[in-house]
Amino acid sequence: MAAVQDGPKELDAEKETKPEILSDGTSNLLGNTASGTLSSSPLTAAPAGGATKMEDQQTLIAVLQFLKRNKLSESVEILRREAGLGEHQEDSQATDGSGGGKGDGDGGDANSLLSRVSITSAAAPQSMPVKKDQPDVSVVLSAYSQQGDPSLYQVYYSGLKNFIESVLDCHRAELSQLFYPLFVHMYLELVYNNHETKAKAFFDKFSGDQECYYQDDLRILCSLTKKEHLKGNEVLLDFRTSRFVLRISRDSYQLLKRHLQERHNNQIWNIIQEHLYIDIFDGMPRSKSQIDSMSGSLAGEARREVNKAKVFYGLLKEPEIEVPLDDEDDEAENEEGKPKKKKTKKDSLGSKSKKQDPNAPQQNRIPLPELKDSDKLDKIMYMKESTKRIRLGPENLPSICFYTFLNAFQGLTAVDFTDDSSLLAGGFADSTVRVWSVTPKKLRKVKSTAELNVIDKESDDVLERIMDEKTASESKILHGHSGPVYGVSFSPDRNYLLSSSEDGTVRLWSLQTFTCLVGYKGHNYPVWDTQFSPFGYYFVSGGHDRVARLWAMDHYQPLRIFAGHLADVTCTRFHPNSNYVATGSTDRTVRLWDVLNGNCVRILTGHKGPIHSLAFSPNGKFLASGSTDGRVLLWDIGHGLMIGELKGHTDTIYALKFSRDGEILASGSMDNTVRLWDSMKAFDEVETDDFTATTGHIHLPDNSQELLLGMYHSKSTPVTHLHFTRRNLLLAAGTYNSQ
Amino acid sequence: MTEREERRFAEVPRESIKLMAESTGVELSEEVATLLAEDVCYRLREATQNSSQFMRHAKRRKLSVEDFNRALRWSNTETVCGYGAQDALPFRPLKEGELFFVEDREINLVELALATNIPKGCAETMVRVHVSYLDGKGNLEPQGTVPTAVQSLSEDLLKYYQQITRAILGEDPHLMKVALLDLQSNSKIAALLPYFVYVISGVKSVSHDLDQLNRLLHMVKSLVQNPYLYLGSYVRSLVSSVMYCILEPLAASINPLNDHWTLRDYAALLLSHIFWTHGDLVSGLYHQILLSLQKVLSDPVRPLCSHYGAVVGLHALGWKAVERVLYPHLPAYWANLQAVLDDYSVSNAQVKADGHKVYGAILVAVERLLKMKALSLTLAAEGGCAGLPGTATGAVGFRENSLGLSPPPEPLSEPPLGIASHLQAGGAGCPWEEWTPVSLPAMYCELYSFFGDSLAVRFSTDPPLGGAPPSGSRQPLEGRKEPASGAPNLENTRKMPQLTASMNISPRQDGSPCMEPQPPSLAATVPGRSLARSSSSSSVSRSRSSSSRPGRSTSQSRDIFPKARFPLPQVGPPAFSFIIGGRQMGRRCQGRRFQTSFTPTPPLTTLPPRAYAHKLPVIGRVSKPVRRWTCSHYSLHLPL
Repeated sequence: MAAVQDGPKELDAEKETKPEILSDGTSNLLGNTASGTLSSSPLTAAPAGGATKMEDQQTLIAVLQFLKRNKLSESVEILRREAGLGEHQEDSQATDGSGGGKGDGDGGDANSLLSRVSITSAAAPQSMPVKKDQPDVSVVLSAYSQQGDPSLYQVYYSGLKNFIESVLDCHRAELSQLFYPLFVHMYLELVYNNHETKAKAFFDKFSGDQECYYQDDLRILCSLTKKEHLKGNEVLLDFRTSRFVLRISRDSYQLLKRHLQERHNNQIWNIIQEHLYIDIFDGMPRSKSQIDSMSGSLAGEARREVNKAKVFYGLLKEPEIEVPLDDEDDEAENEEGKPKKKKTKKDSLGSKSKKQDPNAPQQNRIPLPELKDSDKLDKIMYMKESTKRIRLGPENLPSICFYTFLNAFQGLTAVDFTDDSSLLAGGFADSTVRVWSVTPKKLRKVKSTAELNVIDKESDDVLERIMDEKTASESKILHGHSGPVYGVSFSPDRNYLLSSSEDGTVRLWSLQTFTCLVGYKGHNYPVWDTQFSPFGYYFVSGGHDRVARLWAMDHYQPLRIFAGHLADVTCTRFHPNSNYVATGSTDRTVRLWDVLNGNCVRILTGHKGPIHSLAFSPNGKFLASGSTDGRVLLWDIGHGLMIGELKGHTDTIYALKFSRDGEILASGSMDNTVRLWDSMKAFDEVETDDFTATTGHIHLPDNSQELLLGMYHSKSTPVTHLHFTRRNLLLAAGTYNSQ
Repeated sequence: MTEREERRFAEVPRESIKLMAESTGVELSEEVATLLAEDVCYRLREATQNSSQFMRHAKRRKLSVEDFNRALRWSNTETVCGYGAQDALPFRPLKEGELFFVEDREINLVELALATNIPKGCAETMVRVHVSYLDGKGNLEPQGTVPTAVQSLSEDLLKYYQQITRAILGEDPHLMKVALLDLQSNSKIAALLPYFVYVISGVKSVSHDLDQLNRLLHMVKSLVQNPYLYLGSYVRSLVSSVMYCILEPLAASINPLNDHWTLRDYAALLLSHIFWTHGDLVSGLYHQILLSLQKVLSDPVRPLCSHYGAVVGLHALGWKAVERVLYPHLPAYWANLQAVLDDYSVSNAQVKADGHKVYGAILVAVERLLKMKALSLTLAAEGGCAGLPGTATGAVGFRENSLGLSPPPEPLSEPPLGIASHLQAGGAGCPWEEWTPVSLPAMYCELYSFFGDSLAVRFSTDPPLGGAPPSGSRQPLEGRKEPASGAPNLENTRKMPQLTASMNISPRQDGSPCMEPQPPSLAATVPGRSLARSSSSSSVSRSRSSSSRPGRSTSQSRDIFPKARFPLPQVGPPAFSFIIGGRQMGRRCQGRRFQTSFTPTPPLTTLPPRAYAHKLPVIGRVSKPVRRWTCSHYSLHLPL
């Protein structure tokens, strides 16, 4: 617990040394790996930050195991001597680890432990990443054991309730935040100490007082009445392992403290001390609406300190590519418009490539793959297309094309378009992935090796010759998974496709041969989402095991494990500059992770339901998230602030996408509608003065109706995916639902 | 455990736990059962809770058995098998006790395995794109009907389709027969149905080729008879193709040598077959068919072959259809037909021959109508003695029947011609609805006024019909007033019975000649009826006479029926002085021979309409051996 208290301080220390670490990290990386990519070697991550004793020990043991496995016996000896670890200790821990429910792959175990060190030390002190560790559970549960008279719990609680209701209005709202965590912890204490009937009575009496957005958790809570059941229940385990975070102004806190001391209400005081984290701030108490907009997550609000780290949200410099502007086809297209176009092209190119965004990370902060010739060609295509892009705005809404999946009896679970909108992939509940060509160009496989041998490799059209014309078809089916496919993602160069499935694997498919190339194992539990980095090579996945993992295509083990979410990671998105990853979770928070060091740099609370969609604005400054409660929240990444709330959808939002210029946000939902929002206006209207920036107390205007530019119904097709083409035509996809 | 708490979740009571334990041979104490029950409940809740995330990630709203099983699997519990069906499983209570269970029918695997009707794999998953909103404004077009099953054809089916169509439309009659037979019995061609329907809708493009039309109709027949095909809304398309063959002035019918009459007969039969077997698939089909037939019938611009089609179509649809559409139309139509038949100009020869066909078809239709009506009456009367009350009820019953079947009256009453309006004016006091309760005698009388003896004789030749058939001596009530003006000699050669008789008919006498024992109760209605009809028929005969004036009927290039602009000399209604004269008496045999050559009357019960149609083609079949008619378009000159 000491470590937890230390969290913020450590963070400060970390911040001061950040520049060094950064430069260290990068130089390290470059030095270590010839390929110039993020290293998967555990040694780079190991030195980051100090941790608690216990975690230290775990780390050391893990390192020992790793060394042992690699037969580095001398190093083992030295390490053991230096750390003062007995052989037996290590062994017992090792068996513990492998016996745990998670049972990562052997190598993965050590790796994950290591990554955890860096994460927990820096940003997520409350997290216990390996959730089913029995020792952890008993430690946490035992915290409940020494408690007072169960019959007095109701008295305690109602005493506090009376007090809070009698305080001044300005304090009441803040102190009311205490109700829910206290209620839960007191109930769990009662249950843990086998006072079943008393627990039920307590629940019945006070459950009605809780905020409506906690209903889901309360439902789980009330089904739980036995000590034995506590062990297996993941949701409540989180509640106990993490400390519920409350933000309370100093005045209100003093008021509460005085009250509890006067009454000698030790019971409640103990709970507050042990299970809650009260983030005290100076200044005006917050209003009810301010509190409500930020609360709702499983573990309360985010601490302010957590969101203080600097995020380089700017875009990377575009590589300089000479665009052959004087293409014949351009000339042919229209002569009179040509000169103008040329100019604008040059301007846009120049502005992008020459000026370095002050908020952008260093170009080589994350090693990125080199551009291939084909990538350059694609970039040129992209630029050409973008000159023909329609400028959207409130007056100029995009056209919408709907791709309807018909006869998808097997259940469509995920959709993705390629960036150039030429291919469409669908993941299905029957474990298949299907790829369609949206253009008249058919999908072809590469010829077999025998046939390839006879091809004249010198010929100019060799790329055309290697394709097997006989296999041309509109769609291809990829078999390989053994469970529903929950996420699909095309690589930016359109050569690969990723799919994540319930079977716990992420698979990489080649779109040249239409075969599976790699199965990335590591999650061991259903993988809910996966996405390629905007520059390719890296990808991120998140699943039921509550972690998101960063992978590189040529490593079968993850490079980073982003642990900290208290529940399933439901969706994962790369920042446009590829340096950060955003994850949405069932714990109703959005987190932003630094790819470089695996740290959690933002925790965004405010959603009242599991988050199922995320979207970065094209300039990298903003993030939109949609959840089951039908609301879209807009976030300023730089400040870590909520800056907008878009209400309107009546069901889960499964798709979010910004237009190519970021003026329009499109959201698609289970309620069969696509809605377009004026994101420009939403971003502009928010006042980010210093006060709000430092305190994080925003006051959201309720202007969803003004921001809503359009609502478009489909007949009976929930919107599963949205995509803006390079010319800003909006593509939507979903499966027709005949009932 | 409070009551409220218990009701919050589904609970497994400890009694159930005990029962389950007993069934496996374990005896549980009360305490253990309680604990177990609580634990089971909790675990169920937990599994349900966990399963919901699988539902959410599958982007569904409905929790499926599969989701629940996944949750179980991830918690290392055995999954529940056998409930993965998409449809909801009915959960039923047992009447006797408080026992609830999921219905679990036994399936005969042998039957399933040996079934010839192998279900096809589901349709291919595909993606369709649709511009939903252009510039963010409005629906550009409706999203379109999402096909219930967008089926693409497998290679085999495609081949089958090609072979079948080639065989049917090809030259080899034997091959065609085989193909048709297969089409009739193949169970796996559901996916091809739209294609076949499409092929059949090609009738419009081959209207010059009787042979092809015939083949296509046979194709329809095979499809309709295939027990494995669900025609669904394709019935409408098939019906429209068949109707095309029945009603349209086909290009093939320009050449009188083409036997398009047979085609129409066959199509009419087919129509009735489709209607009787698949009519329930499309609501209002019967009415639609009737309306379109009636429209054709009342359209004088249409060629006679269309009218012929309408008549045979009505006939094929049953006597009720004839009664409802043809019968009330007859007076108006008769005038037109008469005009054609009365025109002896050479240029009219072809038309006149066609007219004869129509005439024959009408005759057959109304005869059947009369017989069926008589039969229905006798059947109704059978219960009681053949006495009065029985018939009365029969008549009433019939009235109700026909009322129920009556088509919307508006289109019928709309005057197709000046004649009709005149008729309506003439038949004042005879509003349209009144036709429904037309009694058999009245109907007979009226029909007799058109057909004269030829009707009567044929009727009499049919023994199975109860009642005394009217013989020649029992003179029909109404005859046709022979136009005094310009009826040349030739007119005698017409097949129409030219009966001239003068007879004063009193209402009382009115009933007596009828073949049915005239119930007095009907007698009250009959006079009015016959009065109205007689007036109309008199005007009809007038129209005939006027239209048969030379120079009038010759201009038939466009209009088959010259409009009859005759003055309306209203015959004083009460004065029933008709001449029922046997001018043609001496020639009756010949006339009859002509009539009978259409067909031996279709005995209603014994002979299905098919037989009728089989014979009917004799009417115009060029190759059929009534030698004298070899050149049907010269029928004008045939000595009748």
